[in-house]
Amino acid sequence: MIQTKGLTKDFGAVHAVRGITLAIEPGELVAVLGPNGAGKTTTMRMLTTLIAPTSGSAEVAGHDVVRSPGEVRRRIGYVGQGNGAGHQHRVADELHSQAAIYGLSRADARTRVGSLVEALDLGDLVKRKVSELSGGQRRRLDVAMGLVHAPGLLFLDEPSTGLAPQNRANLWEHILRMRAEHDMTIVLTTHYLDEADSMAERVVIVDQGEVIADDTASSLKSKLAGDRVAFSTGSPSDLAAIVSQLPGSSEVEATDGEVRARVADGPVAVAEVLRAAFEKGIAAGSAQTFRPTLDDVFLSLTGRSLREENAK
Amino acid sequence: MTTLARDTRIVFVRELKPMIRDPFSVVFGLVQPLVFLALFGPLLSGSVGSAGPVTAGGTVWQWFVPSILVMTALFGTSAVGSNLLYEFQTGAHERMLVTPLSRSSLLIGRSLKEMVPLAGQAVLIVAVMVPFGFDLYPAGALLGLALLAVFGVGLGSLSYALAIAVRKNEWMFWLVQQTLLFPLMILSGMLLPLESGPGWMQAASRANPLAYVVDAERALFAGDVASLDALWGAVAAGATAAIGLFVGIRAMLRSAD
Repeated sequence: MIQTKGLTKDFGAVHAVRGITLAIEPGELVAVLGPNGAGKTTTMRMLTTLIAPTSGSAEVAGHDVVRSPGEVRRRIGYVGQGNGAGHQHRVADELHSQAAIYGLSRADARTRVGSLVEALDLGDLVKRKVSELSGGQRRRLDVAMGLVHAPGLLFLDEPSTGLAPQNRANLWEHILRMRAEHDMTIVLTTHYLDEADSMAERVVIVDQGEVIADDTASSLKSKLAGDRVAFSTGSPSDLAAIVSQLPGSSEVEATDGEVRARVADGPVAVAEVLRAAFEKGIAAGSAQTFRPTLDDVFLSLTGRSLREENAK
Repeated sequence: MTTLARDTRIVFVRELKPMIRDPFSVVFGLVQPLVFLALFGPLLSGSVGSAGPVTAGGTVWQWFVPSILVMTALFGTSAVGSNLLYEFQTGAHERMLVTPLSRSSLLIGRSLKEMVPLAGQAVLIVAVMVPFGFDLYPAGALLGLALLAVFGVGLGSLSYALAIAVRKNEWMFWLVQQTLLFPLMILSGMLLPLESGPGWMQAASRANPLAYVVDAERALFAGDVASLDALWGAVAAGATAAIGLFVGIRAMLRSAD
């Protein structure tokens, strides 16, 4: 569905995207994850024909984004970071305008708009002006606008930014239902780690304009991050020495009454550490294991925390 | 060409919808020029007296109503770029750029739509002024409205082009628009006759396309359909439209960057 080769984009002296090669198959749900300024949105703007790449090539929905942008535009849906519907317009008017743009007949437009309005809970809002809607309502409308022509490929640029957790969950419920109904391929950017983790079947991590990891969330976590363990103990420095000797352990931290570390396999590590501690007569209290998050993956790849990058 | 016509129609209809849905703003827009006419007209006839170009064709209204029509076109269409700026901010324009609509239609459809409120205002002004002694020459008036529409498309396009050019420094839009608007208006002889002004102002007005449009509207609304003034006005309006569309479409093609 998407095939890019060495895609780059420079804005003057700034290299926003530094060579992205990516293949996305029909039906995939892919999250592009990365800190602000990583090049996610720029990549998406190239793939949706909004801006031309500086070098490299991209084929989207079977057509080259530079040579035949019109063919690409006909086949994709796009929900940008802003609001697609004009604020001076009424909700229903914009949905029907969008349907007319993609050449739906009046009858088809009525059916499609009707079902989207119902699916995205916009029923009470169709006669309202877009500027009168709340942020969450407007975001649902944006998604409806992107789906009016039932595109085979949908791009979502930070679809749930600014939404309350409950609204995010609702929005995703709608998106996933539409995906099942229309057999859509979905590419989304997000800086919400949990969103990428729970929704996407494949996570592409982008940093400083390059793809630094590309796999399922669970295999990224086990391959790149490993589990975290924590022990409470009366003699942290002695216990830390034991933990350090475990194969594959790293980032061993001994603090007051506690030892934390990253290990390959949490439960196995706990068993081994507790056994060695018992043999050496070191008092060890409770032990905990934590599954890694995508932030741990990002941290191990870049040495920086995605959570902190985005909080800046 | 057929896709361009289809796309232009879609953009045109989309642009009209907020107007149709919100008749109050339309009525307000229609009444505005009448208020100006009612307040400025009496002052004008008082200050220019009974002799001179203003009252040469009969009442002051014969001279001033065409002025108000051109002024309405000038103020209305030169401001429309701000609507597009707003759609840049919200993301609506970006959404349109990702659709298969041709880039040219995004400009042409918007500019053509500006004719609709303009025609409404013009018809209302003329209708209201006829009972006050404004002589209506139907053929000339219709041609006058058509000429105004062509001019409005050109100026609207230029306003959109300006909006696209300054989209990253939005405050520039009103600065440039206001800076250009007043010299153009005064040097067109729209509000006060230039005949009584200094020679350099008269010379400057010869380079102002708006001055030709104003003269043409006065000639047409006086029934002088086959006059040289009307011809030059048509040339000025046509040139404004051609240049406006050319510049506007070029700007629109680059509006995604």
